[in-house]
Amino acid sequence: MDANELLAWARGPGFDIALIIFVAGMLLRLLEIVSLGKKPDLSAPRGSGVEGGLRTLLTRSLPRKAVFDREPLRIINGYVLHLGFFIVLFMYGPHIALFQSILGFGWPALPSGVIDAVGAITILSLIAALVFRLNNKVMRFLSTGGDYVAWVVTLLPVLTGYLAYNHLLLPYTMMLAVHLLSVELLMVVAPFSKLTHMFSFAMARWHQGYQAGRRGVES
Amino acid sequence: MDDLTLSERLRQRGVSRRGFMKFCAATASMMALPPLMIPKIAAALEKARRPSVIWLSFQECTGCTESLTRSHAPTIEGLIFDHISLDYHHTLQAAAGDGAEHAREAAMKENWGKYILVVDGSIPLGEGGNYSAIAGISNLDMLKEVAEGAAAVVSVGTCAAFGGLPMAKPNPTGAVAVSDIIKDKPIVNVPGCPPIPTVITGVLAHFLTFGRLPELDHLQRPKVFFGQSIHDRCYRRPFYERGQFAETFDDEGARKGWCLFKLGCKGPTTYNACATAKWNEGTSWPVEAGHGCIGCSEPRFWDAGGFYQALSVPHTKVGETILTAGAAGLAIGAAAAVLNRKRKAGAVENRETITVKDLTKES
Repeated sequence: MDANELLAWARGPGFDIALIIFVAGMLLRLLEIVSLGKKPDLSAPRGSGVEGGLRTLLTRSLPRKAVFDREPLRIINGYVLHLGFFIVLFMYGPHIALFQSILGFGWPALPSGVIDAVGAITILSLIAALVFRLNNKVMRFLSTGGDYVAWVVTLLPVLTGYLAYNHLLLPYTMMLAVHLLSVELLMVVAPFSKLTHMFSFAMARWHQGYQAGRRGVES
Repeated sequence: MDDLTLSERLRQRGVSRRGFMKFCAATASMMALPPLMIPKIAAALEKARRPSVIWLSFQECTGCTESLTRSHAPTIEGLIFDHISLDYHHTLQAAAGDGAEHAREAAMKENWGKYILVVDGSIPLGEGGNYSAIAGISNLDMLKEVAEGAAAVVSVGTCAAFGGLPMAKPNPTGAVAVSDIIKDKPIVNVPGCPPIPTVITGVLAHFLTFGRLPELDHLQRPKVFFGQSIHDRCYRRPFYERGQFAETFDDEGARKGWCLFKLGCKGPTTYNACATAKWNEGTSWPVEAGHGCIGCSEPRFWDAGGFYQALSVPHTKVGETILTAGAAGLAIGAAAAVLNRKRKAGAVENRETITVKDLTKES
């Protein structure tokens, strides 16, 4: 199979397979979580659950002072990693073309030089995240194989995208095919790993915030 | 066939020394050779005798011949074409029937081991190769027979180089490229649908000058012409870098000449010289005319999704796939929910109360 054939497969059947697993898998996981249900809370509410839920959706995106002071670099790196990933995913012209084909609308793209730089920063940030994980005894102890798999499948699309754009390592067509395949790998792994948090984070935050708000405590 | 050298013939045609040197300089720059090579090219071309060329057309549309003869006929490249001895070419030769075939056989006999074989069109292998025949000889048999005595084979056009349109799915005739059949001769691929005329003359000029084929890439294409992608040499590239794309063929972006990536341009994965050599004597080329590159010089370009779908967009029905997957996910999710609830209920029902006594008793 040459580069053109591989690219055609990645843009066709390969993407379809990955998309089916991603959408069906993600819905399955989220439905499972929601359907577990919880016991009815019979106590009189001391505050607003909805207010607490909405507040927590936002506040969990902000650093907590106590945690930040302990490991500022790790927290900052977390922001860099997530924001970098979002920018390269949602602000690069060719990526926007993909979302546009699915959603029916698009948005302005950032210059590719900016994306290139952000991509490089994201790669470095991902490497830093791994270093932080390995250097911290507790985190290393808590880490499972799933954590490392999630790291690899997150790194690969950014790395291959960077290599493709800069014409490094492999001929462009082959690297583009590898890039698409790495995205498809991410899509397949996402629902069955901790990467489910790309959707479940909102549910978890809402739940925690709602519980706390109803009890009238900070969350 | 006369014995005039190229320079004598050019002079006879009224081409000045200056015009000839300009051609040599253009050829050298096109092939990315240093200026020092210009006199060498001139000297080699001046002395060159007309090499015999046999041109075989198989499953093709004659677009390659149209491109090579019509668009460059009045130029010096056209004259170069006059100065090869084109001994056999269905479309261009005056002879027909047995006479034409005899001309081919005679040329082969006279120049055995020295002639250049140019092929355009793919070769059908289905039904014993009987989908296409010339003078009762199947394309497959004729190719093998003529290639045997050739010094080199030039596959002109995407059909001869990579199978092209005839090989597109479902490939009813079992079409293949020349390189799938001929394994023991040097082959140079000049793909394109059609290929750029100056590329084929450049390859022939290289052969005349150096007596060998130019340096080739992994797809046996001359590196000098196919070394860089359309995208990398495109004059619209700055708009791509700025994230400025035409969304339709008549929007503001299109009028301002912005990048055509979103309109399906295959420039990033297409290796050809269109952006630099251009077409119609350097007048323009597809992207300059406002249409994205369709990738016609790449293998299997016909089966690589729609011409108007961006390279980053899957060429399948994504909307339908999402709906199907969504329905499947909901169904499996609902089933999983029922199972989980049953398990939960079962766990509650079968729960054994543990007392402090249980925890402290020794087993």
